[in-house]
Amino acid sequence: MINKRGSAAVLIGLLAATALIGPTPARAGDDTPETPAEPPKVELVLDVSGSMRARDIDGRSRISVAQQAFNEVVDALPDETELGIRVLGATYRGKDKKQGCLDTQQIVPVGPVDRAQAKAAVATLRPTGFTPVGLALRSAAQDLGTGSTARRIVLITDGEDTCAPPDPCEVARELAAQGTKLVVDTLGLAPDEKVRRQLLCIAGATGGTYTAAQSADELTGRIKQLVDRARDTYTATPTVVGGSAECDNAPLLGPGVYTDREAFAEHRWYRVPVRPGQELRASVSVALDRPVNPDYGVLLRATATDGRELVRGVDAGSGRTDVVSAGLRWSAAEDTPTPSPSGTQTAETVCLVVSNSFAARPGTQVTPGMPVELTVDVVAASPAPDGPDLGRGWALLLLLTLAGLVTGLVAGLLTRWWVATWREN
Amino acid sequence: MRTLIRATAALATIGLTLAPTAASAAPTSSPGTATPSPGAATVTKAGTSFLTATAIAAGQPVQVGASTGDHLYWSFRAEAGQTHHIAATVSFPKGRTGASTWTVEVFDGLRRRQACTAGAQTPTADATATSVSLGCTLRRVRPWAEPWSGDPLPGTYYVRLSVTDVPEPDLGLPIDVDLLVSVDGEGGASGDDGELAAPLVPNTRAGTLLTAEPTPEPAVEEEFNLTGWLPEAGSRWVWTTAGGVLAAVAGVVGFALTRRPRRP
Repeated sequence: MINKRGSAAVLIGLLAATALIGPTPARAGDDTPETPAEPPKVELVLDVSGSMRARDIDGRSRISVAQQAFNEVVDALPDETELGIRVLGATYRGKDKKQGCLDTQQIVPVGPVDRAQAKAAVATLRPTGFTPVGLALRSAAQDLGTGSTARRIVLITDGEDTCAPPDPCEVARELAAQGTKLVVDTLGLAPDEKVRRQLLCIAGATGGTYTAAQSADELTGRIKQLVDRARDTYTATPTVVGGSAECDNAPLLGPGVYTDREAFAEHRWYRVPVRPGQELRASVSVALDRPVNPDYGVLLRATATDGRELVRGVDAGSGRTDVVSAGLRWSAAEDTPTPSPSGTQTAETVCLVVSNSFAARPGTQVTPGMPVELTVDVVAASPAPDGPDLGRGWALLLLLTLAGLVTGLVAGLLTRWWVATWREN
Repeated sequence: MRTLIRATAALATIGLTLAPTAASAAPTSSPGTATPSPGAATVTKAGTSFLTATAIAAGQPVQVGASTGDHLYWSFRAEAGQTHHIAATVSFPKGRTGASTWTVEVFDGLRRRQACTAGAQTPTADATATSVSLGCTLRRVRPWAEPWSGDPLPGTYYVRLSVTDVPEPDLGLPIDVDLLVSVDGEGGASGDDGELAAPLVPNTRAGTLLTAEPTPEPAVEEEFNLTGWLPEAGSRWVWTTAGGVLAAVAGVVGFALTRRPRRP
């Protein structure tokens, strides 16, 4: 039990020293978030089509419930949040579908909100025309502009799109696949089955949520929650990267979060340089942004440049979910001889490949691919601990005490025997 | 012969004094009695993805309103030696059309799925039920594990609460979620050795693409460390030293026992 390499005296002296120094403190996490240059940006998109006249929410018309909710949201708006409001089907009274389907206006531009002006603009709305959801979404994305942070659209509607094409769900998927991170949260006012399907599809395609609002309180509470969420989470945006079909010319990644798209049965390769004494950590999430067959899986492998597999992370599942994730750690074995004789350390390039086993349902679109989120980190390696040179536990104490007692007894008996013999001679 | 009897008596005394202490030193954990820590602020938010997960602390209650079909994410920090219990209740204020299956899943900082050792991880709520309870007890967090293993390590853990099977008309209906993460064992006292150089806390900053392979770095000369060969500081030093002291005392006692009894 006692360390074989040192004498007991040295041990006791050093024990006092190490006890004073104490264990090394854990590395403090670098938690300070980067201060983003942009404020959070949200746009509310409200359907003001003719069907909003229906009086079926607590005996009030849908539009008056929506107007009240908007007023409360504008009052409770956090100061730093930039809010815009866009309406669809608000002005064209005619019967011409072609004209009616171009009917969408931004009544409050995205920016710091003038509360009185915004409320006045909402108060004048009267249910009127068609429901061009797809066009409104596309315009809302333009209103929010492009930038480094996430944008959020809250779509409030009571009826399905009457202007397809473009199909609003395809528009949502196309917007999500563009560079800017865009989330569309949908709210259905007293929705029927078709509306629910459509809004679920829009929300799923962009990583947003769907809510069926059946009372004024529910609507107000949910919009407030979504606007707050926009403020809390808008800085979390990954860098867009395009993985390649093989390792040789794959993009070189530094630590951080990346996003990419991967089609069914596609392999996407990336490269990460790892120096000796470092550990590679990678995780991947593939989002199910469209209907797929109920059983699926995702595989993340790390290979050497010659194709030898180093380690893999895998996960599979079945049923309804948002993302499937896998992760891995890898560090070079410690006793690897350094190949360069000149006293330098060359970084080893590790290839990462992401593959999936999703199966498209009949009629499911295959392009663009499904969203992939890749996290890469390179940290100091954690070498295997040496065998425990010291012991711990009550059994150890008992054993040492017994050994000491037996040694004392034997030594005592020997001494007595020796003294007796010495006296006799 | 008399010496032997005295020695046996001494041993028995030592054994008796040690045994009850050993028994009482075993951790008395009682999962199931999860209560929020007094004074902990209630969290009323939830994230919707790994990147936007809401950070909570063990003992901090969560109460949030959501919609059926939302995927709700929270994250908490775990230290070596701790065992976490997650208890959640989903209540349904409105009537539903059919049975639904709910799940609470836990992932580590590398988004690797973590096993639950106990608890109702995927319960099914009948159409008439007004609430459903979920639970998950995680494995004890280890201070170190090989990179190739999936053992739980110190760092960030993600909790995802969602519905895995639900009739489509029920999607979007409001739900109320209560969640509490409680913890057993306050770090440190763990049977394992080794230490993770950096906890499994994901780097959530936007990545930067590298344009060229990094140039070779001059190898760092390993500093000569006088105490480098010593085992790490920790409780093993205390135990072993205490054992040495006890052995020395027992040796002296043993030696004294063999002394020729003084004649009256």
